[in-house]
Amino acid sequence: MTAKNTLFKLVFNFILLLFSFGFLSNLHAEKKEEFNVNEMIMHHVKDAHEWHLWGSEHDGVSLYLPVILYDKEFKVFNASYFYHGIHESQKDAKTGEIFTFYKGVGLAEGYALFHEKIYKLEEGKIHFKEGHPHNEKPLDLSITKNVLSLFIGVFLILLIMLSTARFYNKNGAVSPKGIAKFIEPLILFVQDDIAKANIGEHKYKKYVPYLLTAFFFILLNNLLGMVPILPGGANLTGNISVTLFLAMCTLVLTVFSGNKNYWRHIFATPGVPIPILIIMVPIEIVGIFTKPIALMIRLFANITAGHIIILALISLIFINKSIAWSALSVPMALFISILELLVAFLQAYLFTMLSALFIGAAVEEEHH
Amino acid sequence: MDLILPDYGLLFWTGLVFCLLLFLLAKYAWKPILNAVNAREQKIQEALDLADKTRAEMQELQAENEKILKEARSERDALIKDAQEIANKLVDEAKNKAKIEATKIVESAKVIISMEKAAALKDLKNQLAGYSLSIAEKIVRGDLASDEKQKALANKLADDINMN
Repeated sequence: MTAKNTLFKLVFNFILLLFSFGFLSNLHAEKKEEFNVNEMIMHHVKDAHEWHLWGSEHDGVSLYLPVILYDKEFKVFNASYFYHGIHESQKDAKTGEIFTFYKGVGLAEGYALFHEKIYKLEEGKIHFKEGHPHNEKPLDLSITKNVLSLFIGVFLILLIMLSTARFYNKNGAVSPKGIAKFIEPLILFVQDDIAKANIGEHKYKKYVPYLLTAFFFILLNNLLGMVPILPGGANLTGNISVTLFLAMCTLVLTVFSGNKNYWRHIFATPGVPIPILIIMVPIEIVGIFTKPIALMIRLFANITAGHIIILALISLIFINKSIAWSALSVPMALFISILELLVAFLQAYLFTMLSALFIGAAVEEEHH
Repeated sequence: MDLILPDYGLLFWTGLVFCLLLFLLAKYAWKPILNAVNAREQKIQEALDLADKTRAEMQELQAENEKILKEARSERDALIKDAQEIANKLVDEAKNKAKIEATKIVESAKVIISMEKAAALKDLKNQLAGYSLSIAEKIVRGDLASDEKQKALANKLADDINMN
């Protein structure tokens, strides 16, 4: 018992250490920079090793996240070793442009953080060439802002769905109450209007779990992304890595559930003469991949665009340095936010619906 | 540029977490929820079917009831009609019988009366004859008390006979 407790304490302390709150270093406080819209928006839209909470420069408060690197061996430390490390500037070898980055100290010794990417230092330096560092990058498996947001989102989904499931386990086949009343129509919508409608009466059952999971994963993370503060604010579903993975799932499902009819339509489309098939087959093969790629880009672009528009509208106030602009930018940002609520549902629907459509095309039986 | 370049770390975590989520939800959420919902749907469908069936049965029953009621009504009407006819017949019969009986009684009474009358008349005649004889005897006895009177009577009788 005590051994277990000690182990638990150790792990807990370790986790506590990995997530540490901190104030941004005052190192670059001396040179007050102009408000850079592009930088601000990109910073919010992209992944980071910290979760910025409020304030900036002198009084910025951030949650620093754990960094996990694999560079011959696993290295785990808090990102504050970068953010509270040495702020250094270096010249580009070709253009002469000056870049600033964080040089890690302590456990992060030998690594540097530039634009939220971790590089291995070579002779204590980053070699910039035409705006890009040419240093080696260790495999970065850090719990970044997006990964933490992913954990929070998945935790929420599990919480919601398991409590819904508990309701049915407890009460059997009764009319829904409480959270089940809200969730059930969505589940039924995915099952009946997305899966059954696009895949077909006889084969849809196998794909419902994936479609449901994808739908709620996208929906909840879209919605979380719209919450401006912790636990929201990360641009998870607007990150190409996440949409890439989801699209890959659909691709794998489509390819592996493709029946004879599906493959014949790709490699030997009935009624097409052989000389034309020589042109058609490569196009059809490309077509297998363009569909999930379109899925990937659609979700990524829609969600990222929504974040960018809202941030740009709010930035109007800071660009013009006048609070009077809020009379215009706040209503517009509010309008876009409401639009984004719709988009959050729409994109979750579109992704699942199109996935179901592609799967449906792959399992479709031959028509006579 | 790195906005549209996938990040291996996030890709790894997304894959791991999504697969775990898919597994957990499929096992502990979607299965019980969909089972319950589909079972309920079936239950509702069955209940609806049963309601439809029951309604049809009810309608059939109602129609049958109405039919039976109608039949009963017509039967009742027929019965009443028959009864009335019988009653009428009975009354008529009784009336006729009574009439005949009455005439019979009257007739027999008449016969008896006439018989009695005849008897009475005969009796009366007999009595009268008796009285007449006795009177005549008396008269004759008185008339024959003397010779003269016998002569006068004889004359008178002879006169009467002549006159006749």
